[in-house]
Amino acid sequence: MANFIDRRLNPKGKSLSNRRRFIGRVRSHVKNAVDASVRKRGIAEVDEGDKVTVPRDSVLEPSFRHAPKGGQREGVLAGNKEYRAGDEIARPPAGSGGQGKRGAASGEGEDDFAFVISRDEFLDIFFEDLELPDLVKRSLKKITATKPHRAGISVTGSPGNLNVRRSMRNALGRRIALKRPKDAQVGELRRRIFDIEAIHQPSRKQVDDLAALRGELEEALGRQRKVPYLDPLDLRYNYFEQRPEPKAGAVMFCLMDVSASMGEREKDLAKRFFVLLHLFLTRRYDTVDLVFIRHTHQASEVDEDTFFHSRETGGTVVSTALAEMRKVIEERYSPDEWNIYASQASDGDNHQGDSLACTELLDAELMKLCQYFAYVEIIEEEETRFLRNDDNGTQLWMAYRSVAEHWPNFAMKRIASPSDIYPVFHDLFAKHPTEVRNG
Amino acid sequence: MDKVNDSGRLIFTGTDWNFDTLRRAHDAIETVARDDLQLEYYRNQIEIISSEQMLDAYSSIGMPLMYRHWSFGKHYIHHDRLYRMGARGLAYEIVINSNPCISYCLEENSMPVQALVIAHAAFGHNHFFRSNHLFRQWTDPDGILDYLEYARGYLQTCEERHGRRNVERVLDAAHAVMSAGVFRHRRPPQPSLREERAREHRRIEEQEQAVHYLWTTLGTTRSAAEAESNEHERKRLLGLPEENLLYFLERHSPGLDGWQRQVLRIVRNIGQYFYPQKQTQVMNEGCACFVHFHIINKLHAEGRIDDGAMLEIIQNHTNVLTQPDFDSPHFSGFNPYALGFAMMQDIRRICEAPTEEDREWFPAIAGARDWRGVLKEAWANYRDESFIQQFLSPKVMRDFRMFALSDVGEDEPLTVTAIHDERGFHKVRETLARSYDVSTRDPDIQVVDANLAGDRTLRLRHRSLNDIPLDPVERDATLAHVRYLWGYDVTMEEVSGAA
Repeated sequence: MANFIDRRLNPKGKSLSNRRRFIGRVRSHVKNAVDASVRKRGIAEVDEGDKVTVPRDSVLEPSFRHAPKGGQREGVLAGNKEYRAGDEIARPPAGSGGQGKRGAASGEGEDDFAFVISRDEFLDIFFEDLELPDLVKRSLKKITATKPHRAGISVTGSPGNLNVRRSMRNALGRRIALKRPKDAQVGELRRRIFDIEAIHQPSRKQVDDLAALRGELEEALGRQRKVPYLDPLDLRYNYFEQRPEPKAGAVMFCLMDVSASMGEREKDLAKRFFVLLHLFLTRRYDTVDLVFIRHTHQASEVDEDTFFHSRETGGTVVSTALAEMRKVIEERYSPDEWNIYASQASDGDNHQGDSLACTELLDAELMKLCQYFAYVEIIEEEETRFLRNDDNGTQLWMAYRSVAEHWPNFAMKRIASPSDIYPVFHDLFAKHPTEVRNG
Repeated sequence: MDKVNDSGRLIFTGTDWNFDTLRRAHDAIETVARDDLQLEYYRNQIEIISSEQMLDAYSSIGMPLMYRHWSFGKHYIHHDRLYRMGARGLAYEIVINSNPCISYCLEENSMPVQALVIAHAAFGHNHFFRSNHLFRQWTDPDGILDYLEYARGYLQTCEERHGRRNVERVLDAAHAVMSAGVFRHRRPPQPSLREERAREHRRIEEQEQAVHYLWTTLGTTRSAAEAESNEHERKRLLGLPEENLLYFLERHSPGLDGWQRQVLRIVRNIGQYFYPQKQTQVMNEGCACFVHFHIINKLHAEGRIDDGAMLEIIQNHTNVLTQPDFDSPHFSGFNPYALGFAMMQDIRRICEAPTEEDREWFPAIAGARDWRGVLKEAWANYRDESFIQQFLSPKVMRDFRMFALSDVGEDEPLTVTAIHDERGFHKVRETLARSYDVSTRDPDIQVVDANLAGDRTLRLRHRSLNDIPLDPVERDATLAHVRYLWGYDVTMEEVSGAA
């Protein structure tokens, strides 16, 4: 007798733990691949999976086995067409494996081992350097937030969602329709029977009445049993539909100094900073528009590729970027409809005297329009030692310090490595606990 | 009315299956297997799994529960990618040599394919596992599932106690030596797998009491001459030479902890468990194909499977049994399904309708009529090498158009040494049989010396057959693993052995 077992409902992902072990083993390669694609990809495309290629050596599972060549070998092959014993055959060109030996023994002919990591795995590694707190990591990874909305009544559901009013109304209607005797009617019958029974010597009519009443009572009780007070049929439940949280749109301005003093390292750090802000915003808003404004001594709106990759020469006038931003807001992004976020990256250089203009622009106009303005100053690792104190710095830094004092939605930070980036957003995240509300 | 009766006899119609039709199919197949073919088999347990679970099973060497290791994750990723690219389909089934005999059937199979798979795995392979002498002698189907569960639990405990990285290091090394960790020529001193747990407890107790024997040789002064004369005795005590490298390391490695020895033992036991499968691939698949072919045809003849289903079955059967020619890009040696099936069909033919040639080549079985008995006897008592040596007939060699090719070195052209003709049959058969001999397939590696009182170098010897060398990159990487397990230097010498 055979046993049939349906295993399809067993928990999935049995191999997940082995997969994690494997990725842990090739961590450095995965990390390199992730870093490379953060550099390569657009800001909005960062949170996707990625293909990773690992050199075969690092995941080699060696064993003692015969080399594919050398020595005297003899084998039998199938499908002879024209050969006779004693024929000599030219050796097939290397690599075509025509020796009658099996191909690559492990079934892995290629030199490299390629595989795809998922979005979660990608973000895990992306977050690694940024040193995000766990709560933040989790909420950034969550795809959509939904909220239950009432969506009518259903005949099934969990007891917690029982709609008592509806259920009782149904029960009442059914009881009336099926003529279920009310408790009061039964009580009345009982009382009358009791009354007659109490008479010591009942008349003939009373005896007949009693019998009739008893019959009536019996019937009423039987009917009460058959037609229950509350039947499972009557039950109604509130039905909830999970709807995605409605979100408004947001626009994110990326401002960056692209003068020659910004090298690859600086741009890479700036990009990570922009990516992280973008991730935060996509959690909160359905659509996030990106506007890239670069500046030297003059500013212009450009596309992402130009923003990160082309070089400009010239001086540095930061206020031009802010003015350009104001112009774009006026033209396209009315603050009534859009949530406006701005992020600015710079190495702190500015034209003599311009920093004051920046402060004025921010104080008077931009900070009123922006939900949040984050500024990072990218510095060299060595500089971190003597720039530890926030009170001294470049002219631009000092000017922005005064802005930060007035505006709580202005954040600024010096960063020298990826792990410095997150604290910039710390307040931004803490101040709007949207995710908590959704949960 | 006829039609109604007819469809009443059918086990199933259409391509959708449910557990009712599966059971009916199983019962009908069992009737043929038991009453007609007279197979012996373990009780069947048939499990339906999804494609993801099938990939899972692939990557953990087909076992339902396996300890965790990154290499299984790697194989999963590899199979998964090929599957997603469409480069490779999934197996229809996986069958496990256990009692009860577990076969996994893919949920995507159509009903005709499920019937085919049940006949193939649940009766063909099952019978082979139960009757073949190698499996009977070397494996313990009653205990394997318990043992795997124990192994998984044990390794998990080890990870908790000693850290995942340390356990992984030992497993990496043990896996590398796994293929050199089987007893080929003598039976292993192996208790039933069920006794393993008791054994582990004993081992821990002993460990607590006894000082390692290594230290007993320290501190005693002995003259050089004395040591010399003891050389022979020393090797005898170590059981040298020893072909089972894992066993030797487990027993004698100076530096390993108790749990590490136990891990080696687990890997060795699992490796040994699969050793009979390596030696009987052609026979095992041939037996399963022969059985499914016979049973399905019989059911069709009895009107229990309709023509549509039969066509689908035949199409799958033919796909699996294709043998590409040597010059085809799909060629990768002989297809064990095709070769095994052809040989077994041919044995039946020889029994039932022998030609003159057959009478000359197989006087014992030609015209024997009882082909069932002959096949069962072959399934029980042979392995691939001896089976081919004994039963490969000229007709099969002609049908496959076999020819033997010799390769004496890079600079010489390849030479055809024999083809499928009167003069070549013996040579072709000989050569093919030898290529299935495990002693030519797997490198011959032995432990020849380990002077525990001296510099503690472990000396291995590779006896190369026909000067076929080891793959140098893999050899060095594997030796590094052996060094880790041994704790001291390990050397390997290459000697040339006779064919």
